[in-house]
Amino acid sequence: MKKQLLGAIAASTIMSPIAAMAQTEIQFWHAFTGRLGELVAAQVADFNASQNDYVVVANHKGNYSETLNAGIAAFRAKEQPHILMVFEVGTATMMAAKGAVRPVYEVMAESGAEFDPDAYIGAVKGYYTTTDGDMLSLPFNSSTPVLWVNRDAMAAAGVDPDTDLSTWEQVGDVLDQLKAGGEDCPLVTAWQSWIHLENFSAYHNVPFASQDNGFAGTDTELMLNGPAQVAHLSAMSDWAKEGKFIYTGRRNEGGANFRSGECALFTESSAGYAGIKAEAQFDFDVRRLPYWAALTNEPQNTIIGGASLWVMEGHDSAEYKGVGEFLSYLSSADVQAKWHQDTGYLPITSQAGDVTRASGFYDENPGTDVAVMQMTAKQPTANSKGLRLGSFDQIRGIIDEELEAIWAGDKTAQEAMDSAKERGDALLRRFEQASR
Amino acid sequence: MEKRVTFRGWALPLLLIAPQVAISMVFFFYPAAQAIWQSLFIPDPFGLSTQFVGLGNFEFLLNDKFYRASFGTTAIFSILVTLCSMVPALFLAVLADRLIKGSGIYRTLLIWPYAVAPAVAGVLWMFMFNTRVGVVSWYLGQFGYDWNHVLNDAEAMGLVVVASAWGRISYNFLFFLAALQSVPRSVIEAAAIDGARFWKRFFTIVLPLLSPTAFFLLVVNVVYAFFETFGVIHTITAGGPQQATTILVYKVFADGFVGQDLGSSSAQSVILLVVVGLLTVIQFKYVEKRVHY
Repeated sequence: MKKQLLGAIAASTIMSPIAAMAQTEIQFWHAFTGRLGELVAAQVADFNASQNDYVVVANHKGNYSETLNAGIAAFRAKEQPHILMVFEVGTATMMAAKGAVRPVYEVMAESGAEFDPDAYIGAVKGYYTTTDGDMLSLPFNSSTPVLWVNRDAMAAAGVDPDTDLSTWEQVGDVLDQLKAGGEDCPLVTAWQSWIHLENFSAYHNVPFASQDNGFAGTDTELMLNGPAQVAHLSAMSDWAKEGKFIYTGRRNEGGANFRSGECALFTESSAGYAGIKAEAQFDFDVRRLPYWAALTNEPQNTIIGGASLWVMEGHDSAEYKGVGEFLSYLSSADVQAKWHQDTGYLPITSQAGDVTRASGFYDENPGTDVAVMQMTAKQPTANSKGLRLGSFDQIRGIIDEELEAIWAGDKTAQEAMDSAKERGDALLRRFEQASR
Repeated sequence: MEKRVTFRGWALPLLLIAPQVAISMVFFFYPAAQAIWQSLFIPDPFGLSTQFVGLGNFEFLLNDKFYRASFGTTAIFSILVTLCSMVPALFLAVLADRLIKGSGIYRTLLIWPYAVAPAVAGVLWMFMFNTRVGVVSWYLGQFGYDWNHVLNDAEAMGLVVVASAWGRISYNFLFFLAALQSVPRSVIEAAAIDGARFWKRFFTIVLPLLSPTAFFLLVVNVVYAFFETFGVIHTITAGGPQQATTILVYKVFADGFVGQDLGSSSAQSVILLVVVGLLTVIQFKYVEKRVHY
């Protein structure tokens, strides 16, 4: 009996690798569920069907933070995947992990797969390249904040839905009118730190942190308590007190309020498009993110949110060749164009944008190109290239707490941002020490 | 007057406690020793390099006024969770103990919530009190009360306390019910003959006889509130608004598993270990004196 059992085990262990040996397996861990998860699965299936040498195995590992954690824990246990999806906030953590990640430009050069880093639009590429221009991770899904408008709610409150909302001054006037017209939720936002501080700073070409927002070194300090940011948050604070800006939570809770038709204006990622289009029972449109005319005549570009794909160290060269093939496939124009049109994420290569435009997609879905234009209108400056700060997930938590103190009326904008700087800087010093 | 059972020789008693000792070694002493060791370093998240900082992590924490403030938050939270899970449990146990018909069904139903994991309980309560779609917050709105735990400290604290205490009521109920059933009938009957009413009997006879169970539950619930509630907090408030619900164990979780700061996270667990150790000593030294076995 025992012998038979052992025999069976031996047979099964000898047999199984033979079937799997034929193709090299590439592990890909990502953070997408629902519709996005299906679209990723479709991309992987298409790649697997397109060739016979490699099989990409996609695994969902939880939300962005959880996926990063899973990757880190797996690395410590020496069971890391080949490709790990990391949200933009984790970029500095990954960059500091020399010896754990293999830069994408190296992987692509070694694999010989077709790849042109310059195909990516500047604001996207800049986020994930070194100051020397070497691409460290492959941009995957990128979005940028825009202003969503419920046209029916505007009309119901007696405001012309076509009112110009380019500047926050104009938005302020409209908020007054909406409130006077009986609108209970004139303005709501998602991702408050990302939109009203990080993107706000880039858009108005003021630094969010020293050392080129952390791109030039880890000895960086937050500069989010500058006069421009404080002026904006003070205005938001007044709107919150007057019931014109409604705070709903730290993440994208406000999306539910907007999609149900409860709120008139909504600052949210351009990737909110799929959800709004599916659920909104009202006429909506999308505008560029407003800027303060008092601070600038012409806004800079906004920056991106989203994730990129990092290649982990510790696998053999045949597998890296497969990784290169897969990344090359992902960056091709058609794959990118389809992803952009299906999801509302930005077309991150200029070709993907061209393909989409040529197909007439923007004419059929007006407003879907607003985010693209807002991102690409200007060459990024040192203030608008992106952010590269260690412990940034925690720093965002601190910023969220301090912003809540403003909305609750416990602190002025200046007090809250001074405190956020002090607390955030302490974490940046720890990160600097840890990654030395 | 205590009864003592004595073993002859050492082999059997050692064998009997061996499994418990082994489990404690693997699941408590080894991780605790690791936490103490790691608290002296600042490692990078991937474990590629690490720097010895001595007591630097502790210095960093204790200089942080938000960390110091979370001791107060933890104290309030733990006291409220313990009270809110023990008092209703005792009340329900007294009622269930008096039941003649259908006691099995009531007991089963009352024990059910214990099967719900803290994180799931958190999600349940979060939906009920969701400021937009929550059933309870909607009814409160009908009565003119604007529920908003997203910005209101006290409401957020109340919500996480209720969500944490809810599942524990079942656990406490079970122990109280068992204790109530072991109260000798003869004592109660004697008091009844002397003319003592139900609540009089309860406070003068039953409650003192329950004190060993109540003391045990006090220790266990405080430990629960200190260590096992981060799932509830993570799903409902994530420590907010501001830091109103950031208790010590949630910060251990957030800094370690979200922030990847393993050095600070380890130092925090060491501090937490010391705090709970001290609390337990205090409980045994002062509260236990008032317990009658």
